[in-house]
Amino acid sequence: MTADTETVEQVRDLGERYKYGFVTDIEAETAPKGLSEDIVRFISAKKNEPEWLLDWRLKAYRQWLAMPEPEWAKVDFPPIDYQDAYYFSAPKLKEAPKSLEEVDPKLLETYEKLGIPLREQEMLAGVAVDAVFDSVSVATTFKKKLEDVGVIFCSISEALQKHPDLVRQYLGSVVPPADNKHSCLNSAVFTDGSFVYVPKGVRCPMELSTYFRINAENTGQFERTLIIADEGSYVSYLEGCTAPMRDENQLHAAVVELIALDDAEIKYSTVQNWYPGDENGVGGIYNFVTKRGDCRGRNSKISWTQVETGSAITWKYPSCLLRGDNSVGEFYSIAITNNLQQADTGTKMIHMGKNTRSRIISKGISAGKSSQTYRGLVKMGPRADRARNYTQCDSLLIGPRAAAHTVPYIESKNRSAQVEHEATTSRISEDQLFYCRQRSIPAEDAVALVVNGFCREVLQQLPMEFAVEAQKLVGISLEGSVG
Amino acid sequence: MLEIKNLHAEVEGKPILKGIDLSIAPGEVHAIMGPNGSGKSTLSYVLAGREGYEVTAGQVTFQGKNLLDMEPEERAGEGVFLALQYPVEIPGVPNTTFLKEAVNSIRKYRGESEVDAMQFLKLMRAKLKELGMSDEYLKRAVNVGFSGGEKKRNEMLQMAMLEPSLAVLDETDSGLDIDALKAVAEGVNAMCAPERSMLVITHYQRLLDHIVPDHVHIMVGGRIVRSGGPELAHELERKGYAEFVGKAA
Repeated sequence: MTADTETVEQVRDLGERYKYGFVTDIEAETAPKGLSEDIVRFISAKKNEPEWLLDWRLKAYRQWLAMPEPEWAKVDFPPIDYQDAYYFSAPKLKEAPKSLEEVDPKLLETYEKLGIPLREQEMLAGVAVDAVFDSVSVATTFKKKLEDVGVIFCSISEALQKHPDLVRQYLGSVVPPADNKHSCLNSAVFTDGSFVYVPKGVRCPMELSTYFRINAENTGQFERTLIIADEGSYVSYLEGCTAPMRDENQLHAAVVELIALDDAEIKYSTVQNWYPGDENGVGGIYNFVTKRGDCRGRNSKISWTQVETGSAITWKYPSCLLRGDNSVGEFYSIAITNNLQQADTGTKMIHMGKNTRSRIISKGISAGKSSQTYRGLVKMGPRADRARNYTQCDSLLIGPRAAAHTVPYIESKNRSAQVEHEATTSRISEDQLFYCRQRSIPAEDAVALVVNGFCREVLQQLPMEFAVEAQKLVGISLEGSVG
Repeated sequence: MLEIKNLHAEVEGKPILKGIDLSIAPGEVHAIMGPNGSGKSTLSYVLAGREGYEVTAGQVTFQGKNLLDMEPEERAGEGVFLALQYPVEIPGVPNTTFLKEAVNSIRKYRGESEVDAMQFLKLMRAKLKELGMSDEYLKRAVNVGFSGGEKKRNEMLQMAMLEPSLAVLDETDSGLDIDALKAVAEGVNAMCAPERSMLVITHYQRLLDHIVPDHVHIMVGGRIVRSGGPELAHELERKGYAEFVGKAA
């Protein structure tokens, strides 16, 4: 058997055995199926929202109706039937839990299966967790410690009740509802998400972490995250997720908005491991996310790091608006696709201020029959004097049927701006696999090892505890991809 | 230790090994010498179980087990080590990570508990010191940007860490200057032990000035055409391969 054939066979043999395929049995309080103004009103009322937000949602809903699907991606899927999904479901709870003890033990069990023991995290890792289960936050920890330094870290619903002015000031200021069809839908029906405000000069004393989890069948997930780093502050935020096994596609259209004021820095890290569908492409999450950071102030910095291994289709471009002079945008990405997964991901770096700098490091790994595209825009505006960008896109192919594409868009309206782009495509060589196996490392572990090496530059950007998890995930995602 | 009987093997349908017989006892050092294209490297790959090297006849028994039935990683687990002629680069993977994975894979195969990071690092530092190698080798990515000599020394480091029962050295001397050659030879000699056998494959006699074999075999055209003691290597050096090539034809 030739090496290639063997590779293919092993890919097939191992398939995609999703480790987190289980469903928690919790009675959901669910709005009727479908989307209408009434549903938008239902959600807003359910969440006891102020009038302005309802108006904002309704306006977004009306815009959404008229808006075409975005075309900026090389992905292929049947038209989404938006009326065939639920837009609100919440785990049944008498009152919001004040501590972990009040949290439904079944939820805690679910997290433990995922390897996220909240209690342990609370004690050992020093990580504050705002766990989003379906659409409502069920546990928030370490609030006290954060409150002491004035950091607000809570669900966006809670923020709307307690800090309505802050939310109103910044919500939709980076991603306006009408930005694209997905963000518009999110604006109309978002149910929950995280809110972070770091006051002037405060360095957030711990990594803030949220684990998202999709649970109820057919429930579109519309998380809304808003992070504001006031002047001279710093915050590192971790987002990670897994989802139980499903046969029906689930739509996920989140919006994340980051705002960094003068001299502030936001580091946003994601590990995304949603159900990618089975080896035949059945099921799996549609992940259509709009993530954007606004370096609004001078010398501000926003850094995105993402490890994307899940979802049937990924459409995602964490971007930076480099508005303030000397501001810095970074994008570090690992995207792994296997079987029939499709990913179209990249970033947009919009240089507006003087001396703005951006750095893009993208590592794409495609295995099986998956298809992956890096799509990136670097735009140098007319006032972006001496702005600089460096882009590096590396693709690694595993097996003969995987595809990788690199589509860089570069627009420069300033003569003093510099843009650099480097791209490579390679395969895991038979020599490397043999070498590892001769040293007793089984083929599958060898692939994980080589791929982790390939991604190292990006993995190093992740906070320590996340990096370890991500490394394991790289191995799990590629199970069965090579021999 | 190793018993090769009437071994035939082909690559892409082309016969390369045409009936190899070789017996190596524990603690022995054997050298196989031969001209280019004689099948020396093929023999080493067949022993390690590389894909694409098809055994068409014969048996290989290693410590009483049928080696040919095993996957490459199982053979490594059983204690077969192959130092490659061209060690492979693995970008982004630190030497330490690679070796820790290898050591623990072997331990796992043998039903032993894995060593933790701290223990491992201690062990690796000790080996580096023994071999007179710098701590640079801990962090550098496997063979990436290594000179020819550094790559071969890295193979010796791996051998020292994995402590195989049978080490096959495939032209470990190729492309080395005299200092690197000596260093590599010292590494090999330090590994010699009553329970460990070595199969040194080389084109030139010069490596055998530093590693003294118990037996020397001359391989031509996929067969061992002559076997003898260390003196055979010297004879070969004087006469060249021409005489033996004639014999094989």
